[in-house]
Amino acid sequence: MTHLITDTLFMTHRHFRNLLRQPAWVLISLVQPVVWLLLYGALFRKIVEIPGFGAGSYIDFLTPGIVVMTCLFSAGWSGMDLIEDIDRGVIDRFLVSPASRSSLIAGRLVQGALVGIIQSVIIVVLGLIVGAEYPGGVAGIAALTVCAVLLGTGVGALSNAIGVLSRRVETMVAVSNFVLLPLTFLSSVFMARALMPGWMQSVATYNPVEWAVTAGRSGLAASADWGLVMGRMGWLAVFTLVCTWLATAAFRVYQKSI
Amino acid sequence: MDDAIEARGLVKTYRGGVRALDGVSLAAETGSVFGLLGPNGAGKSTAVKILTTLSRPDSGEAFVAGHDVLRHPARVRLAIGCVAQKSGLDLEATGRENLILQGRVYGMRGSVLRSRAQELLERFGLSEAAGRTVKTYSGGMQRKLDVAVGLMHRPQVLFLDEPTTGLDPEARVDMWSEIARLAGDEGLTILMTTHYLEEADRLARRLAIVDRGTVVAEGTPDELKGELRGDAIVVELEEQVLDGEVRRALEKVPELYDVAVEARTLRARADSGARAVPAVLAALEAESVKVASVTVSRPSLDDVYLRHAGRAFSTADQEVREP
Repeated sequence: MTHLITDTLFMTHRHFRNLLRQPAWVLISLVQPVVWLLLYGALFRKIVEIPGFGAGSYIDFLTPGIVVMTCLFSAGWSGMDLIEDIDRGVIDRFLVSPASRSSLIAGRLVQGALVGIIQSVIIVVLGLIVGAEYPGGVAGIAALTVCAVLLGTGVGALSNAIGVLSRRVETMVAVSNFVLLPLTFLSSVFMARALMPGWMQSVATYNPVEWAVTAGRSGLAASADWGLVMGRMGWLAVFTLVCTWLATAAFRVYQKSI
Repeated sequence: MDDAIEARGLVKTYRGGVRALDGVSLAAETGSVFGLLGPNGAGKSTAVKILTTLSRPDSGEAFVAGHDVLRHPARVRLAIGCVAQKSGLDLEATGRENLILQGRVYGMRGSVLRSRAQELLERFGLSEAAGRTVKTYSGGMQRKLDVAVGLMHRPQVLFLDEPTTGLDPEARVDMWSEIARLAGDEGLTILMTTHYLEEADRLARRLAIVDRGTVVAEGTPDELKGELRGDAIVVELEEQVLDGEVRRALEKVPELYDVAVEARTLRARADSGARAVPAVLAALEAESVKVASVTVSRPSLDDVYLRHAGRAFSTADQEVREP
């Protein structure tokens, strides 16, 4: 157990350091959310005037959605790095060492969570700059971040599972493109749930992205519904645990195939 | 224990029915270089994967540094260093960072960790490059760092899977002297796979020739070469001829044996190559077989391989790819 923790820290350190060596990547990963926040936020500013939308300002409504979406997208691609490590023999090098097996996945997830926290804070600040208000305060921002990071960890684990099973960058690209954007649109990231077509509302009920957005938005509201926030957070935690278990199982399949 | 590496009857079949190993047994004496020689796809890498606990055999058993590979993989892992065919270096990290992380997963900490990393960087001539990311290294530098990473925790047994493949001649010679030094001064047991006959001949105290998943010959390079009587004669013909035709023609030549024809190449052995060549040429001419060139050489591992695997090394090398 102590091995798992120390090795996970070493691996996290490795991934995080390598990420910081590519500052360009950090910037690029923030371009998309900024575009959504600024352009989309401005373009659909008047959408809140539609009866039944249920929010006063679109930027207030959109910012938590963009936080969740950003964590979702960076997590969705995290399997790419694992494929690269497998191809270069990095994973095999650690498998013939005493390094804890679980740390090889866990280190990636912890690094993903750290990046998620940083990205969330940056977007929340950007939101403030363009006029978003967070009546829920620090507690609300923390709740939003926790939900976004839980979602990201689960999706990151799934992405690693797909990476280790397919071991092909092409498959990874195809799956991510096929899944990430639809998942976003099948939630209330951009549009109030009440105004979505009925079938989309039904699908959204089972969509972890929706759980994270709803909980985060509620936490930021003037009168947060903490029962709802905690409930959704619980679901997200279960989702993350199941995905992590799947990733470990996928990793065992890989080890057997060597 | 005299043998640092011991394997008996290793069998491994991959999904899709590829039988990579079909009963491989070998033994490497402590403190020596053991060469595993064979063409691509012979099963060398699979054997290394099993001995280094990366992969499990379908049957058979193996002991490394006295530990059972199947029952106590964790003990084996602490005792071995492994330099795989695919480098496994973190290209985004510096040379020093690669060494430090490697040391850490083996439980090394603090000044012991840092001074060992420094020692290896100096020893492999990488001190100046230590702070640069590995992606800026040349192929030879990366391979040296690979070996340094494998040595970080002072293993008793070192596995080198094709350590010189892809290196330029200069870097290859460098690597050779490094391997010789490790086994000589430091008493490491080294198992090295290679598909360069010259390399095995030069470095290995004992070697096993692997072909299609089985060991076809084992011994010291001299023993193996000594099994072959006389010189090798290789005749390149101008056009392809029927095996039977040539054999009939050569039956009349005295002291000629082990005749084999492959495409346009004819190989044979004779106690004295110099004496046999004129007779061979005369016999071929009598059958109107046109000769492009003739070479006579002392026995080499190439001939050993030919004798045991029934085909020339270069032919086998092109036939299959490593799974």
